[in-house]
Amino acid sequence: MNHTIDKNSPRLEHVAPPPPTSAGSVPARTDAGLTSKMWVEDLRAWFGATEVLKGVTLPIAEHRATAIIGPSGCGKSTLVRCLNRMHEVVRGARVTGRVFLDGVDVYRPEVNPVRLRQRVGMVFQKPNPFPAMSIRQNVLAGLRLQKSRADDEDALVESSLRQAALWDEVKDVLDRSGSHLSGGQQQRLCIARALAMKPDVLLMDEPCSALDPIATAKIEDLIHELRTRYTVAIVTHNMQQASRVADYTAFLYLGTLIEFGETRQLFTKPADPRTEAYITGRFG
Amino acid sequence: MIEKPYGTAAAVQHASPRDWPPDSRLNPGPERAFRAICALALVLPLLLLATLLGRALQEGWPRLSMEFITAYPSRVPANAGILPALVGSAFLMGLTAVMAIPLGVGAAIYLEEYAGSSRLTGLIEVSISNLAGVPSIIYGLLGLELFVRAMAFGRSLLAGAATLALLLLPMVILAAREALRTVPHSMREACFALGADRWQTVRRVVLPMSLPGILTGIILALARAIGETAPLITIGALTYVPFLPDSVHSPFTALPIQIFNWISRPQAGFRVNAAAGIIVLLAIMLLMNGAAIWLRVRFERKLSS
Ligand SMILES: Nc1ncnc2c1ncn2[C@@H]1O[C@H](COP(=O)(O)OP(=O)(O)O)[C@@H](O)[C@H]1O
Ligand SMILES: [Mg+2]
Repeated sequence: MNHTIDKNSPRLEHVAPPPPTSAGSVPARTDAGLTSKMWVEDLRAWFGATEVLKGVTLPIAEHRATAIIGPSGCGKSTLVRCLNRMHEVVRGARVTGRVFLDGVDVYRPEVNPVRLRQRVGMVFQKPNPFPAMSIRQNVLAGLRLQKSRADDEDALVESSLRQAALWDEVKDVLDRSGSHLSGGQQQRLCIARALAMKPDVLLMDEPCSALDPIATAKIEDLIHELRTRYTVAIVTHNMQQASRVADYTAFLYLGTLIEFGETRQLFTKPADPRTEAYITGRFG
Repeated sequence: MIEKPYGTAAAVQHASPRDWPPDSRLNPGPERAFRAICALALVLPLLLLATLLGRALQEGWPRLSMEFITAYPSRVPANAGILPALVGSAFLMGLTAVMAIPLGVGAAIYLEEYAGSSRLTGLIEVSISNLAGVPSIIYGLLGLELFVRAMAFGRSLLAGAATLALLLLPMVILAAREALRTVPHSMREACFALGADRWQTVRRVVLPMSLPGILTGIILALARAIGETAPLITIGALTYVPFLPDSVHSPFTALPIQIFNWISRPQAGFRVNAAAGIIVLLAIMLLMNGAAIWLRVRFERKLSS
């Protein structure tokens, strides 16, 4: 039942084959023939002298949601922050290894991290709309930074907010600051802000952890819809959430990828005893 | 007879007979004494300030008039005015601001947003904090040597403004850094994640959010500079200037110097002039501080609405 990612798919032509399975690393399992939008290979990341990712190899399947789960401090945030090169923004942080986006290693010297981040959007744990900007300006913030103007900015604002399921709630207050919105609305505004850039991949780092259950349910529905149009990688410490929204799940423990597989399979028939221990709540 | 499921009230009271309520902390002596000391520390300086203000007002208020503000200095106390000093102070503040603000805010942005945390930047940070505490007369001596003599600005507005700018720089840098630090890290990350580079992040997100704090710091620093006398006297600002400055190379005088000059005169009439000058100076400083508060409140309201 285990398949490897189809390495011969056109999008992966530059991708080196995954390294041979060794003790502690697990072969990638996704549906045969599915395209990986991103491919992480032997990724190591440090804060100062502390190695927090110890060689992670992982596919991010196109038009699917991939959940990254694991106990706190295991490196989930660091992993997604390496995907859009946000890790290197932190002082003293360092990365080695490769991360392919559409077959191109984003850590190659000629790749401009600024351009990469336009294609790989990010939503953070704590909602962080810009308080000095109106809701409308928030949605257009990424575009403004590029000094480009959309042909129809009103349409872009509306479609982004609609995709983020926020339009009906804010359409009359677009010129007010985003900071008077509720936490859940602010988080959806941040999603709209990321979507307005028309990214290929959307990274979400525990997007619901600061939200109440109703707001969480709204955002989960949203992720479920967005994943078919974009490619989503979502960090969560909530296993029910992973099983609700994700097609694939990766279990990370102490900076090492313990297991990766189809979400249902990983939760019902985990291959590794540590995965089983984690999902049954015996640690973490 | 139904037995009570719990003991009698007396038994309950016996459970903790002595240590409830705990009365060991109820001794009000130290608490009251501390409050009294703090109140005294507040009232005493306020009283002193009120006395000073009261005396200046009492002596100077009758002298205040449009004529006093628009007249040139004179040997006759009743004819003397502060126009050259007022204009000199205004020019001085303008020039000082033009020099100190870009340098100070720029240095703060560099230290907060760009510089890593090396030993060198640590040394620079400590030096800036120390410089903010250096007596202003030292800056006067530096200005005299550097601007008046070495750079041959002479005893001009330019030399005075450059000296005051040096004096203000550490204050502006510290205030601006403080303001930049109030912008949460998550705002910078949000901006980076949208594909912004560092400068765009500073310009579009960090500066707008920290602007009220930076402006407040600048105004407060300028309000302090407008009262500075020692460094200007050290670089040799004139005390008798019967003309208005017409360029940055003009000799000049400033309000505190004019006041200082009048106070050192023997005639009683000049003492009255000094008191009136002090009222004008204090009014300007109050206005500047008021502007700082107004800016802060306005921006805070804008950010939260
Ligand atoms: N800015 C930082 N500086 C130093 N260490 C950090 C920093 N951020 C995270 N870490 C450490 O890196 C490890 C992984 O962190 P993180 O990726 O945030 O874990 P997770 O998101 O799974 O909770 C943790 O041990 C954490 O203490
Ligand atoms: Mg995290």
